[in-house]
Amino acid sequence: MTKKLEKYAEVVGENIIGQLRQLAEPLRGMRVVHINSTREGGGVAEILHRLIPLNKELGLNATWEVITGDADFYQCTKKMHNALQGDSEDIGEKLYAHYERINAQNHERLSPILSQADFVVIHDPQPAALLQHYPERKGKWVWRCHVDASRPHRPVWRYLQKHVNGYDAAVYSLPAFAQPMRNPLYIIPPSIDPLSDKNVPLPAEEIDTVRNTYDIDPERPVICQISRFDRFKDPMGVIKAYQIAKAFGPPLQLILAGGGAADDPEGETVFKEVQAAAAHDPDIHLLMLPPDAHRTINALQRIADIVVQKSLKEGFGLTVTEALWKGKPVIGGNVGGIRIQVVNHTNGFLVNSPEGAALRIRYLLSHADRMVAMGKNAKAFVIENYLLTRHLREYLTLMLAVLKGSRDRIELSSGF
Amino acid sequence: MESFKIIDCALSVIATGEKAYNLRDLHDRLQRVDDQSIMFFHFWDGLLRPDFIDPEYQNDFASWAYHDLHDRRLAEQLSILNPSKFSTMRELRERVIQILEDHMDEGGFDSRIDAENPFFLMRSQIVIFDTQKRLETPEELGRFIPHMSLGSVFYHFIDACRRTRSGHNDFSEWLWTWNEHHSQLGNAIASMDPYFKSLLEIREQLSGLFTKYLGPAADPDNKLESTK
Repeated sequence: MTKKLEKYAEVVGENIIGQLRQLAEPLRGMRVVHINSTREGGGVAEILHRLIPLNKELGLNATWEVITGDADFYQCTKKMHNALQGDSEDIGEKLYAHYERINAQNHERLSPILSQADFVVIHDPQPAALLQHYPERKGKWVWRCHVDASRPHRPVWRYLQKHVNGYDAAVYSLPAFAQPMRNPLYIIPPSIDPLSDKNVPLPAEEIDTVRNTYDIDPERPVICQISRFDRFKDPMGVIKAYQIAKAFGPPLQLILAGGGAADDPEGETVFKEVQAAAAHDPDIHLLMLPPDAHRTINALQRIADIVVQKSLKEGFGLTVTEALWKGKPVIGGNVGGIRIQVVNHTNGFLVNSPEGAALRIRYLLSHADRMVAMGKNAKAFVIENYLLTRHLREYLTLMLAVLKGSRDRIELSSGF
Repeated sequence: MESFKIIDCALSVIATGEKAYNLRDLHDRLQRVDDQSIMFFHFWDGLLRPDFIDPEYQNDFASWAYHDLHDRRLAEQLSILNPSKFSTMRELRERVIQILEDHMDEGGFDSRIDAENPFFLMRSQIVIFDTQKRLETPEELGRFIPHMSLGSVFYHFIDACRRTRSGHNDFSEWLWTWNEHHSQLGNAIASMDPYFKSLLEIREQLSGLFTKYLGPAADPDNKLESTK
């Protein structure tokens, strides 16, 4: 077994890796190309950095290409991204034409690779218009939409539809995120990488160092929410829940830790509001962390007794997955992908208000045995469902399914 | 005697694009769809999906009735349905439709009030592959069961019911071709109710039955001898 796969086998077991090898066997040597718009930053790049090497180890000829564009192009695609998530964006003919022109330029550059590819995965709207340049394409093309497109701004979606309807399939993270399309809509939830800095087991000394750095008392219970300072993440609601719970007696500490908000004017406003609300309480640890503070986030999640993700609106909620992976019960907002990951009394609680969150915090703190049991369930759930290996298996299965056509049963033994 | 072929499988989940916003809507949509894989998905595929197995409501319809319609009575009525007792998915669909109709006839609520979240009608594609592992005797199979992937458990135990002529699982079918003693094990496996269990629990129960009927020779702690 190759080195990377060996490491994953230590986490998920040989069985799972054996299954990946068998699924990959018929795809061995196939030219698979993933295309997105950035090599660094963002969830898509993060996942491709992990998936591509594993694909290669499994024998696929997998490559990752990045399209290039100018400021106007990214302005247009940023608007498309926001519009897919429901914001009312006015893009205009000129920007649309520019979007198509940039895609045409990228087509010229990537054509030798794409025209020979057996399977092409186009991530998000940025490179979606490449498809029109390959009317006689050799391989299968799928469009992978990573955002919640359940209620898109219609004029923009109608435009994008022209480009994405021609794909052989589309892939969304959750059924609720999908827009009805002509092509089959596959559902592949995201995943976390158990070997990444954010999720790898940490030595006790490193956790202690983080605890000391931020002056967190090891003797008192800690609740923690890791997320951007964004109204939809409801940091003010978390503070309220903490205050209500603390009023009943437990000597609680709260960590609210998030990434930089320098490019997000509203983020700064929210951060200031949260700062003001936390100003007079030394037990609220408000941490603005740099984007590469993965190990610190990892340690903070491990320091916490309970992890909260009290979002009012959420995509899939990978911070919830990360917390569950660390064996922490999660109190999550009853929205988006959190609803799929958290089951009441099993691995955490879904709540609809700060009061609900406070109630569950009190319950967990007074039932230490339940907290341990729920933490165990939480970790087992992620091992089974939300690790990178499951994600990879679903990509392989998707490729086999799309290459084989739309039948319900695909028997690989009958030849490929 | 033929050897037992260990087959594995993986699912691709597909959204049909159809969704029901309320009870009436679900009823109408179920009447229109005639894709048996949709019913199979919502009753059985949960075992292989990256979802939490709802500890209380075993199929997606019951779970939706409870969590999104907040209709406990309907959730209970749908939850008790055992899909393995229906000879076809079409019959199962008819039964679900009847339950919805009876419930709407009882009245006392507006069946057009939207649920908290819609019900998404889904189906799956199953990709089946031969692991090339062959087991020659029931004892050898017993020793292998704890090492079997969950995909294989699904294929041989759940999927088999819609594939075999008898409507039973592959283990029983194979054991019935052996002697009387092995046939009894086959019967015991055929009478297992998989509906309220996860695949892990099914695998454990299978392993327990092999050890119980075949003794130490099928005990997983015994070293595998003759797999090829």
